[in-house]
Amino acid sequence: MAEKTIVSTNVLLIFNQRIMYKPIIYRLAGDFNIIFNVLEAKILPKQEGRIILELRGAEENLARCVDYLKKEQVQVEVLADKMHRDEERCIHCGACTAVCRTDALAIDRATMEVVFNPEKCVACGLCIVACPVKAMSGIAIDKDIDN
Amino acid sequence: MDNIPIKKSYEEINARIQKGEAVVVTAEEMVGIVKSEGAKSAFKKVDVVTTGTFGAMCSSGAFINFGHTTPRMKATKVWLNDVEAYGGLAAVDCYLGATQVQEDDPLNRVHPGKFLYGGGHVIEDLIAGKPVRLKAKAYGTDCYPLRDFEKTITIRDLRNAFLYNPRNCYQNYNCAVNCTKKTIYTYMGILRPHMANATYSSAGQLSPLLKDPYYWTIGTGTKIFLAGAPGVVTWQGTQHAPDCLRGENGVPKEGAGTIAVTGDMKQMNARFIRGASITGYGCSLFVGIGIPIPILNEELAYFTGISDEELFCQVIDYGNDYPLGQAKSLAEVSYAQLKTGRIEINGKSIPAAPLSSYPMARTIAQQLKDWVQHQKFTLGIPQAPIPTVTCSINIEQI
Repeated sequence: MAEKTIVSTNVLLIFNQRIMYKPIIYRLAGDFNIIFNVLEAKILPKQEGRIILELRGAEENLARCVDYLKKEQVQVEVLADKMHRDEERCIHCGACTAVCRTDALAIDRATMEVVFNPEKCVACGLCIVACPVKAMSGIAIDKDIDN
Repeated sequence: MDNIPIKKSYEEINARIQKGEAVVVTAEEMVGIVKSEGAKSAFKKVDVVTTGTFGAMCSSGAFINFGHTTPRMKATKVWLNDVEAYGGLAAVDCYLGATQVQEDDPLNRVHPGKFLYGGGHVIEDLIAGKPVRLKAKAYGTDCYPLRDFEKTITIRDLRNAFLYNPRNCYQNYNCAVNCTKKTIYTYMGILRPHMANATYSSAGQLSPLLKDPYYWTIGTGTKIFLAGAPGVVTWQGTQHAPDCLRGENGVPKEGAGTIAVTGDMKQMNARFIRGASITGYGCSLFVGIGIPIPILNEELAYFTGISDEELFCQVIDYGNDYPLGQAKSLAEVSYAQLKTGRIEINGKSIPAAPLSSYPMARTIAQQLKDWVQHQKFTLGIPQAPIPTVTCSINIEQI
């Protein structure tokens, strides 16, 4: 059997109220051979559930598991694509780096500029709250801070 | 300022600028020059040192005259994009404060509030040339009968628009931490509980007033870079406090001097001004300021050459002490330590994040250097000094 490429991606899964109490995630391991790691979860009873997962597995299995989640009506957001920095708005003050948990936003000490690495982002959304000039936008684990 | 030794005069330096012969360096470059050659040699070599800062400065605002209406009106209430400007001035004059929030903003009713739009944002939009909705109300008089006025305007339609900021350019500032058990939302950013992070807000070695610690060259009439246009210092700023804690090098180790500044908004560049929404706190305005410091004597060469390693600030608890008006220093840290991204307090290493933009401060100092070098900007000679204290530095002993 040919060697498969193992990839990892961080996703935000949004479960609407119709499906939020249905067991779905457990099948990722059994049916798709995906290693999942819960990075963060927020459940608003009877309204919505949001969970951030790191998914690791063969590329084609990952694609199949995302298709499965969508078929179950789970909204799937790939985080690396979801948090966005408006380069025109950003003034490189550094306020976001006070709250970023994963160093996805970190200061380059030589230039003192804020470097954004979306691959490290777990969409906690704190940068949206901390940014004084509204340079950050995207989908966050907290429904209230989406913008 | 009247009794400081002047070994190289303003007139001499201005003549050199006009001939394109002045030696102009940024404060960052001056740090290197003084380090390698000493202050005396740096004095002989350098004519002007340019500084820069780009931080949130809440005590900022704009005087606006929107031009006489037909029929005439003595506006008592004025709004720009639904942000109220103070109208208790003559007919069509008003003052728009940077921290004024838009009407119907929920403020902190759901804490922490977002404060999405305020006076600072209106100022940014005006300078960017964007359309702004102007509304005015009046009670009507025999000479000013109009009671209601509404029009979409841009800065070009305004008769005058001056930035007038009563307190800017703080000479040094606190480093903030939070000693409580809950996350707090302050003008110093989001501070996590149990001193889990620290924030600070100064350009350190690039910051204008840290480089002329006794305000020898900064007074009424000093010409400055203000948001991309030439501006001036008009007076000491509110809360100006020269009598503060100073280090052996004479430089304040806590918030000290401030200046009031003004400039023509019509000439400003939106890149150097930015409306701010500070979560849980309110609206504000990021202002870009650069001040050229003439190297009139060896002491000024020494001061402008002081590096981040030799500039200090105090760590203050914004959870309990500061709000109660009982701020006390928990520790003293240098800007060099702060700029590594970690500081140590009572043996605990905590991450430190800046709130004022060092890259923008650098850009401003560089831009001002270009202006002075290319004869676009001469030095203003201060006509009235701002209050200071006696300098304790003797250059012969350094």
